[in-house]
Parts: sequence; C-alpha cells; structure tokens
Amino acid sequence: MDPAILLIQCLNAVQYGLLLFLVASGLTLIFGIMGIINLAHGSFYMIGAYMAFALQPLVAQYLGGGFVITVLVCVVLATVLGYFLEWAFYSYLYTREHLQQVLMTYGLILVFEELRSIIVGNDVHGVPVPSWLNGSVALGDVMTYPVYRLFISAVCILIALLMFWVLNRTRLGMMIRAGASNREMINSLGIDINRLFRIVFAIGVALAALAGAIAAPVSSVYPGMGNAVLIICFVVVVIGGIGSIKGAFLAAMLVGFVDTFGQVFFPAAAGVMVYLLMAAILLFKPEGLFKH
Amino acid sequence: MKKTLTRTALATVLAFSAGSAFAAVKVGFMLPYSGTYAKLGEAIENGFKLYVQEQGGKLAGQEIEYYKVDDESNPSKGPENANRLIKRDGVDILVGTVHSGVAMALAKAANDSDTTLIIPNAGADAITGPLCSKNVFRSSFSNWQPGYAMGVVAADEGFKTAVTISWNYAAGKESTDGFKESFEKGGGKVVKHLTLPFPNVEFQPLLTEIASIKPDAVYTFFAGGGAVKFVQDYAAAGLKDSIPLLGAGFLTDGTLEAQGESAQGLQTTLHYADGLDTPRDNQFREDYIKNFPQLPPDVYAVQGYDAAQMLDAGLKAVNGDVSKKDEMRTAIRSAKIDSPRGEFTLSKAGNPVQDMYLRKVEGDKNQFVKIAVEKLADPARGCKL
Repeated sequence: MDPAILLIQCLNAVQYGLLLFLVASGLTLIFGIMGIINLAHGSFYMIGAYMAFALQPLVAQYLGGGFVITVLVCVVLATVLGYFLEWAFYSYLYTREHLQQVLMTYGLILVFEELRSIIVGNDVHGVPVPSWLNGSVALGDVMTYPVYRLFISAVCILIALLMFWVLNRTRLGMMIRAGASNREMINSLGIDINRLFRIVFAIGVALAALAGAIAAPVSSVYPGMGNAVLIICFVVVVIGGIGSIKGAFLAAMLVGFVDTFGQVFFPAAAGVMVYLLMAAILLFKPEGLFKH
Repeated sequence: MKKTLTRTALATVLAFSAGSAFAAVKVGFMLPYSGTYAKLGEAIENGFKLYVQEQGGKLAGQEIEYYKVDDESNPSKGPENANRLIKRDGVDILVGTVHSGVAMALAKAANDSDTTLIIPNAGADAITGPLCSKNVFRSSFSNWQPGYAMGVVAADEGFKTAVTISWNYAAGKESTDGFKESFEKGGGKVVKHLTLPFPNVEFQPLLTEIASIKPDAVYTFFAGGGAVKFVQDYAAAGLKDSIPLLGAGFLTDGTLEAQGESAQGLQTTLHYADGLDTPRDNQFREDYIKNFPQLPPDVYAVQGYDAAQMLDAGLKAVNGDVSKKDEMRTAIRSAKIDSPRGEFTLSKAGNPVQDMYLRKVEGDKNQFVKIAVEKLADPARGCKL
C-alpha cells in the first residue's frame, strides 16, 4: 500500500473513532456512574439525527439560523428530554436488577422507533451539509476529503477536551466522580445525588444526540440507525472499561483503526474483527483497559 | 324465540354456502407493513388491488377476498406468519414478500402445503434457482438480472476494469456476480470485489481502496439507507467525476430525494424506469395516481399490479376454480403479461423474462435511456423443473 493511501486510511480511522467516542462517552457515563444498562442510548443518537433533519426548516424559519443553531437546539431539546426521562423512568431503575433495566430500556427503543415512524415516516432522508463546510480537500490525485468530515473530528476533539476538563477540574466533575464511587457517602455529605444523576443522564443523552445531529449530513437519517450504533458503542464501552472516559476514548480509536484496516486487509472477516479485538482484550483485561 | 332465530340464521348461512358454485378466491398478502420496507409493502398491495379493481373487483368472475399479515421483514418469524395465512385463513393464493430471507421461508411453507405463491419483489436467485418449484412464481426480478444487464452496458461503453462493492450478503453477491459474468464475457475484468458487513455504512475505507485501485468503473448493489449514504460518500470523496458509478436500480429507487445532487447523472439498470412513455405505462400511472394520490407509482406498485395480472391469467384458464391447481399454474407459467414495464413472459422456473432498462438520474427521476438487454432470462441455475 502506498504511503499516501495509508495516511488517508489512518485519517478515516481517526475520524470514525472520534465519532464513536462521542456516542460512547455518554453511554459509559450513564453505565459507569449510574450503573444502568441503557439500551436506548442508540435511540438518542437516532433522535439527534432526526431532530437535525426535521428541525432545520423550522429553525431557519423562526430563528433565522443555520446548521449550528439547529445543532444547538437539538442539544438543548435532548438535554430536556434526558432530564425528563430520568425523572419519569430511569430514576426507578437504580435499585432494580439488570434484567429489569434491560427490559425497560429495550421497551424505550421500540417506543422511540414507533414515534419516529409516526412523526417522520419510514423514508430515508438526506440532511444538507452547511454551505460554509461544503468544500473538500484534495488528497492524492484521485481522492478528495470532505471538509465536513474534518469538522466532525474537530467537534469531537473539542467535546473530549471539554469533558476531561469538567470531570477533572470542576466541582460538578468532582461530585460525579465521588457519586460513582460511593453513592451513600456523597448523599450523607449533603449533596443531592438524585439531582446529580439527573444531570449526568441529561448530559449523556445530549452527547448522543449531538453525535447524531452532526453525523446526520454524512450518514443521512434512516429507520433503525440507532441500533447499529448501539452495538458498536457497547463494544467501545466494554473494551475501554465501564465508566472510564479515558478508556472510551482509547477504545473508540482502537475500534476505528481495527475496523478500517480490517475492511481493507481482511474484507472477508471485517465483520468479526472488532469483536475479536474485544474478546482478546477481555481475555487479558477482564474489566477493560481502564478499570473504573 | 332465541333458539329459533339462531336456527334460522344457521340455515341461511348453510344455504348460502351451498348455493354458490365456489367460495371467493382467498388471497393472502404477506408483506412488510411496518419497519424499513413498510412503504414497499403498501405499494405492492396498492398495485395488486388496482388491477383487481380495474377488472370490476373480480378476477375470472370470482370475488377476491383479502387476508393480510405483517411479515415485519423478519425471517425468523417467516414460517409462523406464512402458516397463519395458509392454515388459519386457508388462503388459496399467497402474495409476498419484499425481504429475500422471509421469501425463502415463505416459499418453503408454500411448497409444504402446495399453495400457489407469487413473489412481488424479493430477488434471491435461489427462489427461481435451486429452490424453484411448480407452485412458485415471481412478478419482479432475480438479483442476477440487473447485474448482468449492467455488465453488458459497461463492456459496451468500453470499460476495461471494474471494482464491485456491496454488503457481504446474498443479494449483493448475486448482483455483483451477475455483473461480473457479462462484463468479463464482454472483455472487461473485475479487478476486485469489495464487501463490508451488513448493515455497516462506514464506507470511507473502501472508497479509499477504490481511489487507490483506480478502475474504469465501479458497480454497486446497495438499497435503502445504505444506498443513500454510499452515493453521497462516493460523490463527497471526489470519485464521482473520475470513476463512473454504476448500479442495480435500487441504488437510486425511492432514494433520490435524500441523495440530492450527489445522485445526478448516475446510471442504473432495472426492469422499470421513469419516462418509458408507452400508452400502457402512462395509463397505469394515471390510474395509480388517481387511486393512491399520496404515493407516486413506482417499480413496487408495478410488481404488485403484475402479480394480480399473473393470478388473473391463471384463474381465467380454470374459470375461477382454484382447486384445479395444476392447470392454473401451467396457465400462469405460459402467460403473456401486459405489464406497465412492457410485455413479459415467465421462464420455466417462474421468473419474468423481461427487458432490462438502462436509466439515468435526472432530477427526481430515473429517466429511461435505452434497453440494456432485451428479453433477459435468468439462467435458473440449479433448477430442476
């Protein structure tokens, strides 16, 4: 393989990995800190993407804004949705066993898919790339790389840095970390753990929706788009170590590289490469790369 | 008093059922009414009913009674759903379905119960290949057909090398194999077959592969959401202008609105096209729009419509007596169907022998360009009929 192509493939891998990280980070937060297996996380990704599609004309009409405003509106709405869902459903799950969590969150997948079908229908829709990001960069003599994909990567890196800062440098981050390691203790110190969890959950939903919204112009929106993402995100979370943001980041990159180069070098086995990676890592590190 | 009433009612029912020569013909739709393919199922049913309605609501003098089951495009529920129609409802004719995996299960259930089955979409080669059977017909296509037709076109246009790309599943393989067969017969060479696992849509690594191979053309089989994303990514990667993208018709059918600019000018092959401009097709489109204004007429509606035509041909030969199964099936097999797509006949294995069209995307239409291959018959490899 000539070096230019190799470099482009690395770029593909990094870009895919970063997007995976954005979705998986929310999942690992909810999974690790609140102890909830949230199968509906893929649905939040789907909701973000569909909101980006459906709200774009409304935002243009009433707020006069473009793509960035639309994404911000999606994130705000998703945060509200997350806050509501935690209050209405998830808050009852903390003390329940995993089977019940799985059943309820699976039920939510069905509800969200059906709502999507009723509200937007079952068609595939494209979301236009904002005009100021519509260009492409020439790579090699035949291929070009869309600027928008670079933009996605930039957003993902920004969010990742922001998350590290919040978790490690702010009071909220401190409370979240404390709440994850000892729920009773932090409660007895006078911190409202329920409110804290509600905020964490809302952030998780917002991250997934943000990922869906900014991915929509390249992925288009289609029924069942959330489920495909969900499975690969669980792989990322498990490889990275449940609850570890750092782990999720590394795992997402690993998955990105293995998937990309698996498709190129072992096309026949491309479907299983990522799962082989997961099995191999769990064999040596049963709790993932970073134990929480 | 109550007893007498019941008795009278019972007697009336008995008298009625004994009075008519045969009961109405029961048609069972096993189609996707939910999920990704819901709209396709609806179009097929609309097409079927449109034809029956045009005949005055009867086929060969028989009332048609409809039964419906949502197959959810779920192969694991296929046998169970098929048996609900066959055993519970006792249908005479099965019509279904879109998804190839479900259609395989359906074909098996139809064979086991000796029920006549007309498949209005699913293109799996095997159904009219190794699994072919005297009671199974198709009003649509085999996956091999559009692929083979495009291979002929590509070789004619003077392309020497091609890369094929699809999901790593049966339909993709059948379609790209069809392309390879005729393309290499015409002097071309498929230098690489790229696949990715279904329903993965992260195409970027494979597009980079294509850019490094630099073939004369790329042939692809994708449908639905995957088709939209592939076409968009292909254009965004800057490949569209340097390496022509060719595809089976599903690449640009029902997806043009979402694909937008990136699909303009793409060439695909299928057994139906926009702008055929024959009196038969114009009439069909006009009637269809009148009856179902919310859904534009498409290839799926045509396939449903022709399924009804095939049934009609069979019923006419036996004067509406569905119990004469063998006679009815022979008549369907030898029928000449006056389809909106153009006249077609059926192969021994029950698959349409039909013209394959080359189409070009112009605006929101798959505009007819020319006939790619005339009267193309699926080779029905492995069929012992």
